Amino acid sequence: MASLITCPHCGVRPKEEFAIRGDASRGRPEPMDSDEAWHDYVYVRANPRGRTFEHWHHIAGCRRFLVVERDTATHEVYSVVDAVEFLQRAER
Amino acid sequence: MRYSAFSLVRNALSGNLNWKPQWRQPQPKPHYDVIIVGGGGHGLSTAYYLAKEFGVKNVAVLEKGYLGSGNVGRNTTIVRSNYMLPGNEPFYEFSMKLWEGLEQDLNYNVMLSQRGVIMLYHSDGQRDAYVRRGNAMWMEGVAAELIERAQLKKMIPFLNYDHARYPILGGLLQRRAGTARHDAVAWGYARGADRHGVDIIEHCEVTGIRRENGVVTGVETSKGFIGCGKLALAAAGNSSRVGEMAGLKLPLESHVLQAFVTEGLKPCIDHVIVYGGGHFYISQSDKGGLVFGAEIDGYSSYAQRGNLATAEHVMEEGVAMIPGLSRVRVLRAWGGVMDMSMDGSPIIDRTSIDNLYLNCGWCYGGFKATPASGYCFAHLIARNDTHPVARALRLDRFARGYAVDEAGAGPQPNLH
Repeated sequence: MASLITCPHCGVRPKEEFAIRGDASRGRPEPMDSDEAWHDYVYVRANPRGRTFEHWHHIAGCRRFLVVERDTATHEVYSVVDAVEFLQRAER
Repeated sequence: MRYSAFSLVRNALSGNLNWKPQWRQPQPKPHYDVIIVGGGGHGLSTAYYLAKEFGVKNVAVLEKGYLGSGNVGRNTTIVRSNYMLPGNEPFYEFSMKLWEGLEQDLNYNVMLSQRGVIMLYHSDGQRDAYVRRGNAMWMEGVAAELIERAQLKKMIPFLNYDHARYPILGGLLQRRAGTARHDAVAWGYARGADRHGVDIIEHCEVTGIRRENGVVTGVETSKGFIGCGKLALAAAGNSSRVGEMAGLKLPLESHVLQAFVTEGLKPCIDHVIVYGGGHFYISQSDKGGLVFGAEIDGYSSYAQRGNLATAEHVMEEGVAMIPGLSRVRVLRAWGGVMDMSMDGSPIIDRTSIDNLYLNCGWCYGGFKATPASGYCFAHLIARNDTHPVARALRLDRFARGYAVDEAGAGPQPNLH
């Protein structure tokens, strides 16, 4: 269940401590990219049923942005990593 | 089957053994002029108005579960038209007027109860906001009343008026608003559509959308391929999944919203009361149970069940507003999947595919919109032209910079 999130910095914490930003996989366009690119980034969502990566902000804890991998149909949480580590993994 | 006092007596005298099913269980035909995906309130009302008002009778409604198994049977049954923005209010008022004539129109008792919806305010700033909203309603010809604290105390004496953080200073009342029996709305529209020749096909899941030369030719379903002239999507929380089958990328996120009902009580809450310190709203069903809900759970979800922490939060809001609620036992809680749009307002529009039409983004306000949503969607499908009251609810409004954002929360669906 997504009731408890294991923060890599703070340990197991209830979901109420987090602000959920949403999909972590979409990349922010460059400032001068097309209007379509910005529209897609700001307004369009993949909205998957199943596994997804999301930005969760631990506002009542370490205040770090985390990336939570979980299932939107079963609410199972697979992994929680710091957003910086997530980026580094993606670049590797 | 048409209902009347006479049919009631006749069937009572024959032991209630001769009631007929309210709609047929047809096998799908190879081709329909219009296929509607989603047999919820909006899909069924669309089919009904297509057949009755716009003369399109060769219509099928495909429902993956049983009829009424989705949000139309999972909501808190509130109908109202107390919106503020000019893009929204005429649409919801059109819906309210359809509600007022719905029972006669359908020959079906949807138990519309215009008991009044009152939204409480707890600060001077919130009072100003509600005065503004009330005036915006009057501008569209909808009556709104500001009820000050002394008057409200006489109307609803059991509220926690002197709460330390959220004292109740008054409320904005729409007397014509109220509740309706949600299942009866689905059944009434289904029966009405069926009588006009619409095929309602239950347990028929759409698994693919077939396209040729840039137009939709039909849908793959669990009951085989069904051809269509026009395809209309009214899949609510699953809109992104169905849209994906046609290559649509939508401004939607699916979230779970919970609702609750208590044990039956004697009549005690006469209105629909909406808390201004949060999202909490409550009414009493005709069976006596208190029906209430509040915020969505906060994370995107396709599960029709919610989180216990949110349930606790909802109860806390309720008890902060009505302390007596703490003595009442909750019987049931359930969740529904909401198609949350990026501005909190719905979408009724054409798509980039010529014969594909889209109805989605109802957030947690879809039930009250059921009649107008169906009427406007049917208008769009039949005439290929947007109904005047749905002009602001276009799919491309985000790209054009014309979002209809009642809450002013921006493109963050879990905040609407």
